[in-house]
Amino acid sequence: MSVPSAWYLVLAAVLFGLGATGLLIRRNVLVMFMCIELMLNAVNLTFVTFSRDLNDIGGQVNVFFVLVVAAAEVVVGLAIIVAMFRRRAAATADDIHILKG
Amino acid sequence: MNAAYLIPALPLIGAIVLLFGGRRLREPLSGWLATIMAVGSFVATVIVWVSLLGKQASARSIDKNIFTWVPVNSLHVNAGLQLDPLSILWCLFVTGVGSLITLYSIGYMHGDPSFSRFFFLLNAFVFSMIVLVLADNYLFSFFGWEGVGFCSYGLIGFWFDRDTAAVAAKKAFVTNRVGDYGFMIALFLLFQHFGSFNYRDVLHSHLSGSFATGLALMLFLGAVGKSAQIPLYMWLPDAMEGPTPVSALIHAATMVTAGVYLVARSAPIIHFSSAAQWTISIIGAATALLAATIACNQNDIKRVLAYSTVSQLGYMFLGEGSGDYGAGIYHTVMHAFFKALLFLSAGAVIHALHDEQNMKRMGNLRRYLPITFPAFMIGFLALAAIPPFDGFWSKDAILAAAWHKSPALWAVGVLTAFLTAYYMTRQVVLVFFGQSRWFDHAKERGAAGDHHVYEAGGVPHEAPATMTVPLVILAAASVLGWLLDAPFGGLDFINKWLAPLFPPTVAPAFSVATGTKWLIGLVSVAFALAGLASGVAAWRRAVDRPRLEPAVLEHAWYIDEGVSRTVAGPLTRMANTFSFVIDGRLVDGLVRAVSGSFAASGRQLRRVQTGYVRNYALGISAGAVIILFYVSLRAGS
Repeated sequence: MSVPSAWYLVLAAVLFGLGATGLLIRRNVLVMFMCIELMLNAVNLTFVTFSRDLNDIGGQVNVFFVLVVAAAEVVVGLAIIVAMFRRRAAATADDIHILKG
Repeated sequence: MNAAYLIPALPLIGAIVLLFGGRRLREPLSGWLATIMAVGSFVATVIVWVSLLGKQASARSIDKNIFTWVPVNSLHVNAGLQLDPLSILWCLFVTGVGSLITLYSIGYMHGDPSFSRFFFLLNAFVFSMIVLVLADNYLFSFFGWEGVGFCSYGLIGFWFDRDTAAVAAKKAFVTNRVGDYGFMIALFLLFQHFGSFNYRDVLHSHLSGSFATGLALMLFLGAVGKSAQIPLYMWLPDAMEGPTPVSALIHAATMVTAGVYLVARSAPIIHFSSAAQWTISIIGAATALLAATIACNQNDIKRVLAYSTVSQLGYMFLGEGSGDYGAGIYHTVMHAFFKALLFLSAGAVIHALHDEQNMKRMGNLRRYLPITFPAFMIGFLALAAIPPFDGFWSKDAILAAAWHKSPALWAVGVLTAFLTAYYMTRQVVLVFFGQSRWFDHAKERGAAGDHHVYEAGGVPHEAPATMTVPLVILAAASVLGWLLDAPFGGLDFINKWLAPLFPPTVAPAFSVATGTKWLIGLVSVAFALAGLASGVAAWRRAVDRPRLEPAVLEHAWYIDEGVSRTVAGPLTRMANTFSFVIDGRLVDGLVRAVSGSFAASGRQLRRVQTGYVRNYALGISAGAVIILFYVSLRAGS
């Protein structure tokens, strides 16, 4: 007996909501970054679920794309975070608001 | 006849070489180049003239098409040359007198820092005048016409670092533009009516009276501007701000004779309209008299000559308007000789006194200028119309024509002749006779730091050979030139030469009885001698005669001042209104409103960019929620 798809989708929605909320309310750059990863993986879970339900490999292919993008994002994002932490001990996203146009 | 191409080509080549290589050629060389080009052009003209002489009188016309200038639909305007008796006659004295003036300038412009620029402009001036004269259609003539206007601007304002020169150049240019509008309207009329600008097409058609009047008057308006007639004569006296050879060139050979040429060329149009003929003669007579009265009271040696030019041009138009084109052209040629002579002699006087132009500070120069003095005297006698010098014969021919047209015009002409003799006598007496007054003044200038005067020892010196040789040649021409069209002994070469252009249908022959002719001649001689005698009587001993020099004449009847008050005042105000209210507030206001609205919206939108990541994230989330909401609504329905 397999787990119903709805469960996966609910889990994905909860994870996405957690990620989104975390992104909005936290100031720590590292935590915000992890929230984004959480949201991406929630979406991945949705993709995989539908891929299984609809018997369509396209959803799983999309997951690969998302993973690649996420990996690239990690590279750039972590580099930025490292640079920020080099400048000051505790950096929040709000500290760099003067980068606005 | 390929020499024909050389007539305009040589001065053009000279001008181009001097324009681009003038700085490298430097002092005497660029002057000699310009002179050689002008003389070469003169030689080419003579060659063409001789070849035309060998032909039948009716066949004396050569067309040379250089290239098709404006090929538009059915309109073909050629850059073409038409070598006929009229254009060749003009070319002969334009290039002839022009070369002498160029030669003279080598001496006169010695030491000027912009030596080459001067000769570039001289050559360009002669080239433009040749194009004007030789063109085979009105439009190509107009090209030369505008070229002449441009070169005169450059030459009058040659010393543009002087305020007066810059203003005079601008005045000449603007005044000429007024006349040019007339010419341009005439061009439009020609195009509308004939669809062609060629002299060959235009001048052989029959025109209705009113159309001919309009066309002729518009052409004459152009001539009025270039030839300095009422009401557009004001620029010519101010053109004296240019170097003296320029004055000679403008007054004698190029520029002012352009109007006389245009009227003579358009004779077949003008003869259809008696109103236009009357206008031309009346304007000519009025200008002659007005300018002569003003000339009586000028103290600047060149301004007297300038007003005398305006006056003599009036005579030329009087002759042309009276239907005797030959007489008008005869006077143009004679005037070219003696006025160039007078200006170049005046230049030698100014040169001798180190840029002194006020006649009241001259005097007794006949002892110091052994060549200039007789040359000036010959020019004086020719201009004062004392027989047998040049001016008498041509002026007599004009006066006879004026008598035939109307005795009133003749009376004005004779009165002008009296005034001419008077003011020229005044000039000669003040400059060459009496006490020398320049010496004290030279000391003053020396004390004021003008070391040129001291270095020369304060004694006037005769000009170098490059300046005196043209004087001698022009003096000879002023003594003997009248033989070109003498009214006896079958010597009327100019009349015979021009006869094919002015057939009886265009200029009806008229005869003045021999007795009347004698009478007219004697009366004009009597008036000229009376003017001469009164000039000597008035100015022999005195330098200042306030009663003979009312301020109204010194200020040229206050016409310039009046024009600047009545026209320039409201005109300036109107221009200011346009500039500051209509342009500054309305037009600029609209433009600024558009740019301002973009700037303001940008300023407001900038606040959205706070720089806080959470704000952006919130924006993205809110957007996603809205889109999701919308999509679910659509999916529901």
